[in-house]
Amino acid sequence: MLAVAGTVPDPTVPVLDAVVEFAGGVLRVAGRELPPDRGTPALLGAAVAACRFLELSLPHAFLVGDEGLGRGSRALYERMVEVLPGRDFSTLAFHYLQPDVDWHNRVLFAAQSMAPAPALIADAGFMYAAKMSGQAGEYGLFTPDAGELAFLADEDAPHPFYTRGFILQDEHRIPELIARAYAHGNAAACLLVKGSTDRMADCTGVLAEVSGPSVEAMEAMGGTGDTVTGMACALMEYGLPAPRAAQVAAQANRYAGEAARPTPASQIGELIAHIPAALKRALEELP
Amino acid sequence: MAFFDLFRKKGSGPRPDGRADRGLLVFEHTSEVIRAEKVLKDSGREIRVMGPPPEIQKGCDLVVEFPLMEKLDVQRVLAGAGLSPLEIVPVTGPLLAPVDLFQVKDFGDHLMVRAANMKLTVDKQTLVIVNVSGGGCPDVPYIAARLIGQRLGEGPAPREIGHTLCGYALDLAYEEMVRRCSP
Repeated sequence: MLAVAGTVPDPTVPVLDAVVEFAGGVLRVAGRELPPDRGTPALLGAAVAACRFLELSLPHAFLVGDEGLGRGSRALYERMVEVLPGRDFSTLAFHYLQPDVDWHNRVLFAAQSMAPAPALIADAGFMYAAKMSGQAGEYGLFTPDAGELAFLADEDAPHPFYTRGFILQDEHRIPELIARAYAHGNAAACLLVKGSTDRMADCTGVLAEVSGPSVEAMEAMGGTGDTVTGMACALMEYGLPAPRAAQVAAQANRYAGEAARPTPASQIGELIAHIPAALKRALEELP
Repeated sequence: MAFFDLFRKKGSGPRPDGRADRGLLVFEHTSEVIRAEKVLKDSGREIRVMGPPPEIQKGCDLVVEFPLMEKLDVQRVLAGAGLSPLEIVPVTGPLLAPVDLFQVKDFGDHLMVRAANMKLTVDKQTLVIVNVSGGGCPDVPYIAARLIGQRLGEGPAPREIGHTLCGYALDLAYEEMVRRCSP
């Protein structure tokens, strides 16, 4: 089963530890409705759409409210450290969580003590912590955008905000930055670098690229990266190797965006509805 | 425009070398750093918001660099504003400077400004914020939910409700957007 850990922007939400329910077009976790409008709920919305299409069990969610002070994230980390060793997940994804190296390490060790250990995916704040911890290589997939890749490539940066000036967030330099991230041990086994061209890479370099269709408005939309990651998680749970899962997810996200015909003011929910058809097309077309 | 000073006046403030006379104010949350920056700059002090050295890096952190000789006075000003640093330590090594580039994209009806890993998009006619994108800290969805649908300059700015570096970067994008959209 796929499990997803992250936060929702409501500090009153306690730690939720339950399988996602989906009925009437609404996501629910432990009885709470989750509008998939951004952040981890957007990732979960895409993952649910993909799991249903792939005929997989719906994901298990570890969620908590956190408005940025980190209290909720720490409570969730504590719960996961306690329960993960006794759980059975084959894929485990971490998302919008307060970056905290100490807690990251404890959660990682708890996940690695599971039998068998799950494939690990990190995005957003937890990816920042994974890199800062020096344990990036323990992960199967990171899904950075160009700015976050510059952060992975800068061995000294603790956050994308501090990426050094000599590493510009320039898409033409992405293969170079990918190589640099691997050279310093700051990349997962596979990277999905999201951008105007999406690139799948490993320590040998760029493995595949997806560049069309190009839907310019998606650059401004919040949550488009979350939907790519959500689909990649489901595809890895389905059994695809990480580079193939990432490539199919990147392609399907573009097809879903094309079908949604968004403007820069569109919200991510408009894209999620198109995911099943987009995934079908991507799986049929990609060699 | 205190945040702009961080980005726009590159090279102003203390020189990067010879920092033996500088100290660091370490706070629990970025929101306290943002308040301390305003209070200290309003009091006329020469301070900078920077990245902490590795030995005190833990997560989404900012620190305030200040003239160490003014420690007591700085503490008094902060206390007067209800701010209490976790630690005050001397600068012992190089500090990280934030990313200092804005990227702007014009979609025709919409304008997008990016600062570091955060993007903010407004409708050019109505100045309504239509999207917030990027980032990885948990206050980003929280701020986005509060900003989207508000006119620029109305409602809370990211610095008022954010707590992390991503929130800080979004505030820089917000201030730059305000500047670009001002008559």
